[in-house]
This record gives sequence, structure tokens and C-alpha cells, in this order.
Amino acid sequence: MTLIKTQIGRRAFIKNTSLASGGLILGFSMLNACKPKQAETMAALEMPEEWFEMNGYLKIGDNGVVTILSPNPEIGQNVKTSMPMIVADELDIDWSQVIVEQAPLNTKLYSWQVAGGSRSISSSWQGLRMAGATARHLLKEAAAQAWQVPVSEISAVAGMLTHEASGNSAGYGEMASAASKLEVPEEIELKEQSEFTIIGTSRKNVDGKKIVTGQPLFGLDVQREGMLIATVAHPPAFGMTLKSFDASSAKQMPGIKDVFSIKVYEDDFKRSTFHHTAFNEVVVVLGETTWQVMQAKKAVQIEWEKAPDRTYGMTMFGNDMTVNHPAGMENSASHKEKMEAMSARPGRVVRRDGNPEAAFANAAKVIERSYSCPFLAHNTMEPMNFFAHVTEGHAELLGPTQTPEWMETAIAARLDLPLDKVDIMMTRQGGGFGRRLYGHFMVEAALISKQAKAPVKLVYSREEDMTQGIYRPAYYATYRAALDENNNMVAFHVKTGGIPESPLFANRFPAGALDNYLAEDWTIESNITTGAFRAPRSNFIAGAEQSFLDEVAEASGKDPIQFRLDLLQRAQQHPVGERNDYEADRYAGVLEMVREKSGWDQGATGRHRGVSAYFCHNSYVAQVLDVIMEGNEPKVDRVCVAIDCGIVVNPDAATNMAEGGTVDGIGQAMYSAMTFKDGVPEEKNFDRYRLIRHAEAPKSIDVHFVDNGKDPTGLGEPPFPPVMGALANALYKATGRRVYHQPFITDRPPLVG
Amino acid sequence: MATFNLNVNGKSLTVDADPNTPLLWVLRDHLNLVGTKYGCGIAQCGACTVHLGDVATRSCMLTVSSVGNQEITTIEGLSENGDHPVQKAWLEVDVPQCGYCQAGQIMTASALLKKNPNPTDEEIEMSMNGNICRCGTYTRIKKAVKLASKSNA
Repeated sequence: MTLIKTQIGRRAFIKNTSLASGGLILGFSMLNACKPKQAETMAALEMPEEWFEMNGYLKIGDNGVVTILSPNPEIGQNVKTSMPMIVADELDIDWSQVIVEQAPLNTKLYSWQVAGGSRSISSSWQGLRMAGATARHLLKEAAAQAWQVPVSEISAVAGMLTHEASGNSAGYGEMASAASKLEVPEEIELKEQSEFTIIGTSRKNVDGKKIVTGQPLFGLDVQREGMLIATVAHPPAFGMTLKSFDASSAKQMPGIKDVFSIKVYEDDFKRSTFHHTAFNEVVVVLGETTWQVMQAKKAVQIEWEKAPDRTYGMTMFGNDMTVNHPAGMENSASHKEKMEAMSARPGRVVRRDGNPEAAFANAAKVIERSYSCPFLAHNTMEPMNFFAHVTEGHAELLGPTQTPEWMETAIAARLDLPLDKVDIMMTRQGGGFGRRLYGHFMVEAALISKQAKAPVKLVYSREEDMTQGIYRPAYYATYRAALDENNNMVAFHVKTGGIPESPLFANRFPAGALDNYLAEDWTIESNITTGAFRAPRSNFIAGAEQSFLDEVAEASGKDPIQFRLDLLQRAQQHPVGERNDYEADRYAGVLEMVREKSGWDQGATGRHRGVSAYFCHNSYVAQVLDVIMEGNEPKVDRVCVAIDCGIVVNPDAATNMAEGGTVDGIGQAMYSAMTFKDGVPEEKNFDRYRLIRHAEAPKSIDVHFVDNGKDPTGLGEPPFPPVMGALANALYKATGRRVYHQPFITDRPPLVG
Repeated sequence: MATFNLNVNGKSLTVDADPNTPLLWVLRDHLNLVGTKYGCGIAQCGACTVHLGDVATRSCMLTVSSVGNQEITTIEGLSENGDHPVQKAWLEVDVPQCGYCQAGQIMTASALLKKNPNPTDEEIEMSMNGNICRCGTYTRIKKAVKLASKSNA
């Protein structure tokens, strides 16, 4: 048993005493309105006549049915199932008696209502458990009082309260009213891992039935009485801005209500990086149906002009920063040249251990290789959209966002409303991958609704979505390794940068494993906006580093897994430096696991295997990827994945996430790119923007988790970066030629003759 | 604007729409059948797949005026209680991550199995290749199609 103070996140447990007299819970009116339908499709549970709120996370019906509110945005990472599972386990309720609802943004009740940083489970682990455990404790207290027996003699299991000695028993529902009136205790007992009955067992997606039957779930599915549809036109190129427009013919088209422009943020508004947009002025087409507004947009005559140099003072997690958007129309070809030039110059030294310069000067052999990757568009399958209904003194927003809390401030500021007059509710989201961390479209929807004086759903076309920016930056890295006469690596040097940010993690492996280590970086400014993309920075540097280490292992004459394990052993036993941000034993653990599970040491005839391992979001992932040759075409056949992310809440769903991350990593590294010509994004839709498809996905993916009982760490992102390295290494084994520049499909030697 | 009589999910429905309106938007905006998804608008992603008769068809590039009296089946009409073998297999395998593309995947898979009740892995890959899943649930989709093909047999 673990005792923890309920003070942590205690505001989540402050009970509204005004409810105590009636017992009936109120609030969340929008959710209550949906309840009967929800119950019908969930499990045909009989609905209670009264609900009793135990705390911000759960309410118990008089018949024992429990509603658990899932606070975080659901973008496909399955938190809408796994977060309530944690509450339900500590409450000790049968999962079949649970109804899950999406909680609205509520900064008083919840913290970190964000789908970002793979942090949903890890940051809420204690809070969710406390929510369940506190309610369970209050139910036991209520039973103890009712039966006049000590609370220590009451057991609460699977929704039943029992007092063995007296033979009393009652369902949770019978005690819910009394329990909801009790004081929250100062301390609460949490279960030991061995006592979990739901955590660690596979439970199916709570929205599964709705998804496979096409029920309205997503932002794009929102329908309201009197709702209008809006779409926007932004400049066709980065480096351009709106000059003027003529909508006279567009306004005559059927169903079109209005065409106007909006300014997303006022000039004096201090944006956070999550508010940012390249295009602060956009043209809005408002009408009755989606097709009508998309057609009418083509009929608006818009004149764009070149934008000047711009400088934005911004904040990122409270830190002030300056972002420059230089004027001009940028090209992918010149991006590459600029990155190569930067890489040839001294960078900013971020970490230096020992004397790397001397080690390289005295080396018997130096290996130097450079790697690059292009910009990427997130391309969530559901394009950006949001519903807004702004009335005098109030704004209601509903839709897909990964950061409702961070956007609320921008919306309130732009509408000149106090925060408590801005209500944000989340729908299920057709993918996130970081794109919906940047919610300028929520501000746009609110401004359009205000101007239209009507409820409005803003819908981006695929083209508008893909060409809006917020891309994964383009990165470049040059690695050097110094080998002594025995082919031992004695120094390691990474110099890396990107447009507009550096992907360097100077204190990650192999830092700490080498006496001589140098990490430098550089950046290049751009007017192309970028943002977090699944495992930011790691999504390039992991693959580059793991490809490079593969080449060094080969030069050292060592097995690539053993080569890494030897380095990790050094990092564990005699670490260099004190700021290494990984645990070498856990790192080695996943490598050893993947070696065993993939049958690495046995080899595999006809298979060409690559290995990779990486640490990010506090989790460790190792992958062995098998390529087979079909004629001259390498095909990914199988991937074996070993993960250490601590306790796994929902194993089958976690496996699904790891499979998806693996497929996504293979796809982005192999096929995807966003390129620019004179500021214009050249890929505007899926005819030119290539995403991985069925026939290119691995035939099988085996996922294995380390069972170590540690508190959960991230999972949405960690399986994504390393597989790019495993892929590159396997392709080398299959073809005899190494790939350095993503997308690998175009990284071919120039044709000669 | 013109009036069209459509046969959707076994019901005869009347809509007033521009003849060039893609069936996708007629379903979503006029008939409030939002299970059919918008993904690209150029028949490249498969999110908008419906059945026209027994054939999996991209509704985003099919104008309402070209449908005539052909039977249209959307995800909402694939089965009465969500118990089509493909839907059941999808739940059994717990395929979805974000879930957005899955209606289109299911409609393509169910049309494939109707035509070819026991497809090989290669036939599944070929038939499903027009449906993008950005979350990368491809291995599960294949598993579910195979499971549904077995339950068909």
C-alpha cells in the first residue's frame, strides 16, 4: 500500500458543498445532454436516476454505474480509454459498469489537459489514481458510518462494499449519496502494482463501436442548428501576405453568406509559440455548406504581396524569445545549400568532454558522415477545423485541439472576454502528431463566428491544411568518430542544425560513454513556420545517430548490438560528465530484449536486419527491422520492438501505439517530404505528398514491453524516431548502399553516363 | 440547384443541391450522414469510401448528379447494429487509433470480401492500398480483414 497526500492536485478534489443537500450532480451540462445516447451505445447500461459527484474525475449513479471523465485530448493515443482505466482500478469497479466521457477544458479541476510530450499518462498517473482511491475511500467511510463499524473492516471490491463480520454489503451506488457529502481525507492509500485488476489488462477502445459504425465523433462531424460553414484562404507562398481581394462574384454564388478578411492576432498580442501562424490575415468565405464555400473560395479574386522582414516577440512555456521571419521566397534547393554551408563552419559548442580535438588529430581513422531530412507536413487525416459560437459576452468552442488551455488565453484576449467566458470542449480528433498544438484555427473560428453572429464550423480543405505551415523543420547533421589503431571509438563529434531549429540533444547517448565528446549546433532563420511533430527533433536525430553508430560498429568490426551495449556499459559503470539524461541500464535492457526476441544472434536467411535504439520522452525503445528483397525492391517484412515505458496501462492498446509509431517512422523516413519553390509548398495534397500505404507497411510487428513496475513514462512518441535508423541500417544490409538523406526513396546515387 | 432522389442505405431520400456537388458533401452536409469522411477531396486517401451497388467508390469525386438510382451504402448503413463481419472483426482486433479513416477502410474491406471472400495477403494489400491510415494501423487492418474473411467462410 502506498500512502500519498491528497494535497497534490487537491483542487481537483474540492467538493462543491452546495451539491451536498440535493446530492444530484450538476455541471458539465453539455455532457449530460449526451448521456442517454452515450449509455445506449456504450454497453446498454441502465442509467441511474441520480448521479453523485465524487470529484472532478468521476460520478457514481444510484445504481452503481460510474461515469469517468477523461480529461486529456484524444488524438488516437487512446488516453480516453487508458486514463479512465487508472481511475477505475483505484476505485475498484468492474470496467463493464463504467461510462467514459470526454471532460471539457477545466483549469480548476485538471492540470496538463494537453496531448503533447507523450505526457498524458505520466503526468496524471498519481492524480488519476488519487481520484479513484479517494472516491473508494469515501464510499468505505459512508458504509462504515451506515453500519456503525470501523472503516478498516470494510472491503471495497468490484463495486461492492462488504463488512464480513456483520454480513453487511452494499453496492457503490447505494453509498454514493452519503459518500459524496463526506470530507476528503488528508491522505489516501493507493494500491500496490500487484493489486491492480484493470491496469495492465487489455481493454478495448471505449469509442470503438462508434468508430466502426460511423457515429459523429470528430470535429468535422459537429452539426448545430443554424450553423454556417466557413473556410479560409491564406497566401499561396511563405513570404507573402494579403493585399486586397474582390469577392463580388463569389458572393453571388449559391449559399454564400459573406466573404471577408480577418486578422488573427492583434499586433500588440504577445503570442506563445503555440499561437503562432505564418499567415495573420486570411480571407474567409462563409456559407451554408462545405462544398459551396470551397467552390466560392476559388472565385474570390485575391491579390497577395510580398511580406517584409518580421520579428515576433514570443513566449514558450513562460520564456521570452524572439522569432524572425526574414522576407523572401525560399527554395528547398537553397535550403540544402545553406545547411551544408552551416555544417562546414564552427557551430555553437553545447557540450565538450575531454579533448575531442586532440583525439581526432591523433586518430588512426576518422569516419565522417552527413545526414538530412526535409520539412514534413503533419497531415492529420482530419484536416484542421473548429466549431465556434460567439455571442455577446461568451464564446463556446468545440473541436479537435491538443492544447485547449494554451489556446484559451489567445481566444479570450482576441475577443476581449474574461477566461471564464470562454468554454472549450474537445471532440475526438482525427490525428494530432503535434499539429493541433498550434490552434490559430480556433481563434479564426471564434472571429468568424463573432463577425457572422452565428454558430460557425471552420473547415480547412486538405490543400489549405497542407500548405499552412507548422511543419517539422528540415534538419542536417554531420557526425565524426575517431578510431584508434585497434578500431576502438575514442572520440565522437556531432554538429547539427536545422531550419529554423537545432535537433541537438547534447546530453543523450552516446554522451557519457566516451572520454572525448563534442556537440555543436547551429540554426537558420526562415519564414516557413514549423512546430512540434511527433517526437520533435528526436524524429530526425535518432535515425541519423543510430545510422552513424551502425557504420562505426562495422568499422570497429563489432556486432552492432554488442557495440552499443559496450558503450552503455561504459556509461553505466564510469559515466563521463554528470548531465547525461538517460539511464544506461534501461537503455541496455531494451537492446538485450530486442536481441533475444528478434532472434538476432541466430541470424535469418534471406533477411537483412538493422537495429536501432533510442531514448526520448523518458522511455527506451529498441527495434530490429527485417528487410527482404523482392527482385530489386527492398521491402520491410517484420519489425521487432522492445519498449521500456514503465507500467503499461492497456497492453494491447499500447502495442497498437507502438505498431503505429513504427509504421509512421518507416513511412516518414522512406517516402514523405514537403518541398518549396519560391515560397510555395510544392506538395498540396496526397497526389504529390506521399504517405506510407498498406502494401509498404511491415507484414508483422512484434512488440514487447519490459516489466519493471516503474511509474509509466511516454509511449505515443518513443517508438517513432528509432525505427528510422533501423530501416536505414537494414537497407544497407539489403542493398550494400547506405542511405543518408530522407526520404530514402529518393536518396539514390546520381545516374552516370 | 436541382433535386435528386437518392437511394441511401435502403431509404429513398430527396436533396436539393448543385448537380456538381460531390456525393461526399451531400451525405455529410445535406443528409447528416457524417460517418463518411473528408480527407483529400481528390480520391487519393479513401476516407470517403462508400458502396455504389457492391463497388467501393470514392464519394469525394463522384458528383451527386452521376449517382442516379444506384444503391448507395454508407458506413451507417453497412449493418443494422454494427454487426457486419468486418465491423465485428475491427472491434475484435481493436484496430482504430484516431479512428478517422476507419469508416473508409471498413467500406473498402467489406466490398473486397463481398467480391472475394477469401483474399490472399497480396489481394488485401492491393485492394486496401488506396486507403491511407495516418496512424499506421495497417497491420491490424490486414489482421481484421483476414479475421472477417474467416468468419465469412
